[in-house]
This record gives sequence, structure tokens and C-alpha cells, in this order.
Amino acid sequence: MSDRAEESLEGAEQVRYDQARYVEDGQYEPLLSEKDLTRVDIGDTGSDADGSDDGASADSPLPDDLTRDSLELPELSEPELARHYTRLSQMIYGIDSGPYPLGSCTMKYNPKFTEDVAALPSGAVHPDRSERSIQGTLEVLYRLQDYLGRIGGMDAVTLQPPAGAAGEFVGIRVAAAYHEHNGEGHRDEVIVPESAHGTNFATAALGGYDVVSLPSDDDGRVDLDALEAALSENTAALMLTNPNTLGLFERDIEEIAEMVHDVGGLLYYDGANLNALLGRARPGDMGFDVMHYNVHKTFATPHGGGGPGAGPVGVVDELAPFLPAPRVREADEDGEGDESTYELFDPEQTIGHVHGYQGNWLVLVKAFAYIARLGDEGLTDASAKAVLNANYLASQIEYDVPYEPFHHEFVASAGDQDAADVAKRMLDYGVHPPTTKWPEIVPEALMTEPTEIESKDTLDRLAAAFNAVVDEDDATLEAAPDRTTARRIDQTAAARSPRLSWHALDDADER
Amino acid sequence: MDGSHATGSPYAPHTDAEQSAMLEAVGVDSEAELFDIPETVRFDGEFDIASRSEQETRRLVRSTLAQNDDLTELLGRGHYGYYVPSLVDHLADRSEFLTSYTQYQPEVSQGFLQALFEFQSLLVELTGLEIANCSMYDAATALGEAATLAERVRSTSGHRVLVPDQLLEGRRSTLENYVAGTDLAVEAYATADGTVDVGALEEQVDDEVVMVYAENPTIRGTIEERLESIGSLAGEVDALFVLGSDPVALSVLKRPADVGADVVIGDASVLGLPTSYGMGLGLFACREEYLRQVPGRLVGVSEDATDRRAFTLTLQTREQHIRRERATSNICTNQAWVALRTAMHAASLGPNGMVDLANRGVTRATDLANRIDEIPGVDAPIHDRHHIREFVARTDQPANVLAADLEDRGFAVHVVGDHEIQLCVAGVSDDQLDSFAAALEEVAR
Repeated sequence: MSDRAEESLEGAEQVRYDQARYVEDGQYEPLLSEKDLTRVDIGDTGSDADGSDDGASADSPLPDDLTRDSLELPELSEPELARHYTRLSQMIYGIDSGPYPLGSCTMKYNPKFTEDVAALPSGAVHPDRSERSIQGTLEVLYRLQDYLGRIGGMDAVTLQPPAGAAGEFVGIRVAAAYHEHNGEGHRDEVIVPESAHGTNFATAALGGYDVVSLPSDDDGRVDLDALEAALSENTAALMLTNPNTLGLFERDIEEIAEMVHDVGGLLYYDGANLNALLGRARPGDMGFDVMHYNVHKTFATPHGGGGPGAGPVGVVDELAPFLPAPRVREADEDGEGDESTYELFDPEQTIGHVHGYQGNWLVLVKAFAYIARLGDEGLTDASAKAVLNANYLASQIEYDVPYEPFHHEFVASAGDQDAADVAKRMLDYGVHPPTTKWPEIVPEALMTEPTEIESKDTLDRLAAAFNAVVDEDDATLEAAPDRTTARRIDQTAAARSPRLSWHALDDADER
Repeated sequence: MDGSHATGSPYAPHTDAEQSAMLEAVGVDSEAELFDIPETVRFDGEFDIASRSEQETRRLVRSTLAQNDDLTELLGRGHYGYYVPSLVDHLADRSEFLTSYTQYQPEVSQGFLQALFEFQSLLVELTGLEIANCSMYDAATALGEAATLAERVRSTSGHRVLVPDQLLEGRRSTLENYVAGTDLAVEAYATADGTVDVGALEEQVDDEVVMVYAENPTIRGTIEERLESIGSLAGEVDALFVLGSDPVALSVLKRPADVGADVVIGDASVLGLPTSYGMGLGLFACREEYLRQVPGRLVGVSEDATDRRAFTLTLQTREQHIRRERATSNICTNQAWVALRTAMHAASLGPNGMVDLANRGVTRATDLANRIDEIPGVDAPIHDRHHIREFVARTDQPANVLAADLEDRGFAVHVVGDHEIQLCVAGVSDDQLDSFAAALEEVAR
């Protein structure tokens, strides 16, 4: 083990987790537990006749036959809750806790000022407000549409999809509407590379398409012969990310676009890897017809432990009439004054809504602020540093990296080791591990994306963690982690007998 | 580079010396050499987006949003502006919550997993159903997911999905998009006096129906009184009975499980989120028998290597990252942080607070309706039903004229018919309601 790794092991993370650990009789600080549950009887006449413990009764203004009998929930004071949630937060690793090189997830630092910007009271409006009364909100949306269009090289953008997969769904629905409109409704296949994100397959299936899986060539890129074989008059679209999940740029992208377009299909860009390209290349210029942006990745809006995100979709002019309704545009003015006004409108052949209202506004306003802060220079530099960081980190680790030249992420192979075990062991060295066992092209894959926000020092520490694990034996790996809030968790048991609420625990645990 | 980041990303920490050392280690002279992009698709232009300081950016956003009018919103229809306690903002904004990813490494995610488990537990208690996932995007997308669930569990026959004719356009349209790739067809059934016309529904229900959707409370703020009958109609043809609701209403209304609901969907963000231009939190609870077909993420209990209780994402073989095109849903990123906020808000209210909040929605809506009914030119409520939070009023004036006049006086209301406005008391103070009644009196005649 290197000195650096020794330091890691003895480092601050150990202290942090131990502080968070609240152990009593071998238990963590429990759930909001049965001692906190209070039962309120509802709608009876106020008599607490059944003598239930801690029972309280709430007279309901509604008749008994419309109301429930009781409600049983935790009853805690504000200070108790503050401690409960503070303690929970101490048992979470976030990007503010340390490096988080989770491939394809683009875990970037989230600037703090965007939280303040999103919390502005004037930003909090009901979605049914009149357009004239929310010109500020509409202007932010309009300008974000415009920014994203420029960054992606797209002609029109919708902000409605509430996540990347929802953006994919819009892309697929727009493609379907476009083909239908052109009398090409028979197209029933979507082609997806084997290494693509799982959402691509699921989205195409949700859209009603047959999924045609596309193998990679020996270089890890789209196999053009296989693509030729997969394309037909039934092809609705090819879903592709570039650089792909191995971090490799699809150099033949123009030829790929031509092949897809030649059979009348559309080319879809999965924006998950856009962080590698800002200011260097644009999907629109490569021949993509429709794309989604993961603003919670590329534009540093917090992932929030699994959302909310936002997945705006950009399209070329031909597809703009099919975008979801409503979108925002500048209103026709008679040239009076120099302030623009903004209005909502429904695209002519719109597919309608993909969200009840207008998506995840709070995420969008953070993305707007991030882009406005960085501008051309900042965005371009972010990609440059992201790519430099990935290449530097790869040069410092002892695991094999079979495919290159890569951009913002690389896939190392754990070789004879189990990648999932390697990941658990890396937790002991105080860092979050990479994405594991995917893409399957690389055996025991460790898919690593440091992003631009890590310093050389941090990358060296990450490399030390990788390298410390390289020579460790299986027994050590299988026993890991032992320096975290919880030790290795039995996920099979969780799936075999699912217990998904505290109600389920009452029966099984007899707490 | 002087450290001030006049150019370049302000969040990339590299010094010139470090950058040189890293380039040397990689074996190139410049970052540009690392980009393996054919010249023909290289972008050499500008986005024409200025770089700004943090201070300038804040000013830009603040001044832009300041163009919004400051109105008192008597708006509801599924999205409610309940006051969210400061506790929620301060705790949810702790950066461990805000800056973590999906809990793929549960050993360092116990806190978030427990919070989501508690959220699931909240929904199980509110609905009476056995399981709940830890979030969908919003009510509309959750409704779409319910329909695709119905198709999977009823795949042997039928293709009709029945929804009320007063369903919100955003929900109906989203549902249509979700079922576009299936054989399902969405049909409306009639409502009368703001609630389900059970007789009309009965006419439409046959063996081809796989799902019947109803809402309680309805979008017009009325309480549905014949849920058991609707549930029975669905049950007789083995269709899923899907009920739309929300956590505040569910605190007092009859438990969905007790009226035969198989699935409950809705927007849980009525707790935890202020009005946020329609951002939501889809709730999804269902009977245990659909466990393996449920969309979305589930947090379960397990044990760690030292036999201590631990939480983990579970049953991931339903999910897109494992099952790909055979997944139960394409959802990946969901609304976890909003679910956290909702659980926090609910916990801060406690059961008494939840019930009080719901009951006040009943009494205050009734009070406002009675009060403005006295105003010449307004009849309220128009539906002879129990109401919660909101109600529809008939106006002598054209509703859109009245709404515009009210807006000029600082109040936002829904226009729901030529001579119908809808008013909601959630999140509106008594003083504001006094002012509103005075303003309405001025403009209603």
C-alpha cells in the first residue's frame, strides 16, 4: 500500500462517519420509530373510547362516512426533527463530501449561489398564473431555451421533460409524430448500441418500438457494418451518445448520420456525455436531429440524491412543430419600447404534454444561472479540464484501461477482481468509487469520470485509492467496506423478503 | 491565471503549474490535443454567452424574475401553495442531501435511504396500500405509469382506460403520451355536479376496461362520495381502480385501500414544495401483488455484515439500468430530494398537524364560499357537495373579465368556464381572504 493510501485510510472520512454513527445495543439510531408514532382518531365524536395509547382525536367537519378512522404518524418536536435529519445527512456521501467519479453521471460541484437564486420568492409562482403576470419566469425560460439551442446547435428547445429519461421519451414521441405526419407510421424499430444507457432501451420500448441492439466494433465504437445491417425502411431512429459510454468519440459520426438519414431515420443524441464537448463540438453540427440535455449533469444542478433533474430537448427546425406544449416565445410587439414580452404557445403539431405543467422549474433556473455565470469561456474550459482530468487520472492508475483515446471518462478493467468488490473497498479509502460492471464491453468495468472540478491533489488521492486495491486479495475485498456507516449490505436478502415501510417492519421485526 | 478566474470555469481548481504537470504526465502539450474530434465536426464558433461574476449573475436573475407581479394566488387545481416551514429549507439544503447521487452504494448512503424509506412509509399510512415507491415526476406522469402497469397486469384482455371528463388537460395529455406506445386507448366518462356520474360510468364499464381512474378530491375541490361504487364497478371487470389524491387530503379522507383502490397516484408536493411553477412529486402506491411490476425506485430494509439493520435500493431488476427494454418504466432520475422535503414537512406537522391542515381546508373553503355567496353577481359554491380547499363559483360577469379585474387588484384566480371561476384557500391567509372578498365585491357586479 502506498503512503498516500495509508494516509487515506487514516484520513478524515473515518472521523466523519464515526461521528454520524449512533450505536446503541448494536443498532443505528432508528427510524422515526414506534415510540414517536402518534395515532389520531378522526371523525368520531371526540370520545377516545377505544383507549388507544397516546390517542388524540380530531373532530372532522366532514361526515364519518367520508373520512378515515385514524392517522398514525411520527410526532416529534422541531428540535428533535432537526437532529434526526442532521444525523441522516451525516450518513450520506455527496459531491461536497469528496470525489465522486461515477462514470456517466457527471457528478460536478454545484455552486452554492444557484440555491439562493432558485429560492427567490418571485420565482415561486403557481403554474396557472396569467402570462402577463409572470413575464420574469417566462423570460428566464426563454433565455434558457435560447442558451441550450446555441450550446447544442439545435433550432428549437423544450424545457418540459423533468429528467433525462423523460427527455428521451419526448425525443422518441417527437420522432414518432414526425414519421406519422409524413405517412411513415410503419417505422417500428429504434436502434440502440449495446453500450448505451439502459434508459435508451426502456424509453424506446415505452414508445412502442422494437429495440434493435447494435454491437460495437473492436475499437469500442459503432460497427458500421452492423449499423448497415440494422438499418432499414423500418428504422425510426438511432439513439447514440457521443462520446460514447467508453468515453470514445464516434469519429464516423457524419457517415453514421448519413446512413441513418438515407433510410429516412432520425438521429437521436443522448446528452449524458455532453460535458465532454462544450465549445468543442455540437450535436446539431454532427447531424443529430434531436437531443436531450441533462442539465443536472452538464450544467451543475444538484442531483438531490436521485432527482429532481431536468431533460430539455432540442430539435432541428423540421421537428420543432411536434415539440410538447406549451413552449415560450417572444410575443409579437409593435416595436413599442425595447423590453420584450414573452408568451406561451402550442407548436402546430404538438405531441401535447409530457408533464402536468412545465417540468422542474427549480432545476431549470439553477441551470440558467450556471450557464449565465460560466458563459463561453467557462463552459469551454469546463470541458477542457474534464477531459484533462480523466486522462490524467487514467495515467496514474495501475488498472488496465483498454479503450482510448477517451474524453471525459474512461473504463478501466478490474481484471481478475470483482469490480463491485473493488468499489466497496474503495469506500474504505475515503472516496466514492466509479460506476461498476458497465458497460459490459469491458470485463469487470470501472467506469470513471472525475469531471473538471477535481484538483491534481484529489486526483492523486483517487489514484492512490485505486492503486491500493489493485493488489488486495479477494478476501479483503469481499469483507469491505468496514469503515463506513454500514458494513457490506445484503442486497439479496432485501429483495428476497421485501420490507418497504415501517408497517412491514412491525410484523417482521417485532420492534 | 491569477486565481480570480476571469476566464475559464470558476469551479475548475487547476493552477497553471498543476495543469502543466498533468499535461506532461499525459504526454501532450495542450488540452486541445486530447479532443479526438474530426475537423469537419469541430466547433470553432462562439455561443455568444457572456461570462459573469457570481454577483452579476445573481443580479441578472433577480432583476429578471422581479418582472413577475406580486399577486395573492387563490389558485389550486392540483398545485397548492401551502406554507413550507423554514425547517424544511434549512435541513433539505444540507449539502449531503443536495449533492449526493442515486444510492447505488448504500453503505455510504444510509441517511438518504432511511429518509426515502420514511417517505414510503408515510404514503403507505396515508393510502392504506401495502407498498409505495420513492417518487415519480408528478401526478400526470404517475397516472401514465399507472396505465402502463394496468396493461402489464391485465395484458390478456382489454385496452380501454377510463378517466373523468373533467381531468386536467396536462394530466390527460401526459397519459395519452404514455399509452401511445401501447394498445391502450383513453376514454372520458361523464361527471355531474363536480363528481363522478356513477350511472354514466356504469354504462361504459365492460370487460374491455383495464383501468378506471377517479380523483378524490376532484379537480373542482369536491369530495367524491361514491368511491366504493366506482371501485366495485372496476372490480367486477377486474380492472384496476386507480385513485388520484394528495397527502393533505388523504390525512382525513377515507383510506383508498378501504374503498377498493388498487393504485393511488397524485402529487405529493403539496407538502414540501412552495408554488414552483408546477414542479411536482409524483406519488405512487399500490397493492403488494403488483410488487414486481411496480415502476420506480424502492428502498427496502436489509442487514449489513454485522447483522445490523441497513437500508438499500431493492428489486432493481425491475429497473431500466438492469432490465433495459423489459423494465417496468424508463424512469431513472426521479424526485428524491422533493420526496425528502415532503417527508420533512409531514414530520414537522405530525398527525395532528396534518389532520388540522386538511380540516382547515374544509372549513375555510366553506367559509369563503358562504361569504362570497353574499356578494351580488356571485353564486358559490356551484356544486352542492362537500369541498376541501377550493370550489367553483358562478359569476354574472364573464369569468375572464372578472379574473383580469381581480388581477389588476392583486389577486390570481382560475377561470374554469365562461361564467365560472375557481377559488382556493390553501396557503392564503385570513387577511388576504378579507382583501380578496372586498376586491371581488368591487368587480363582480
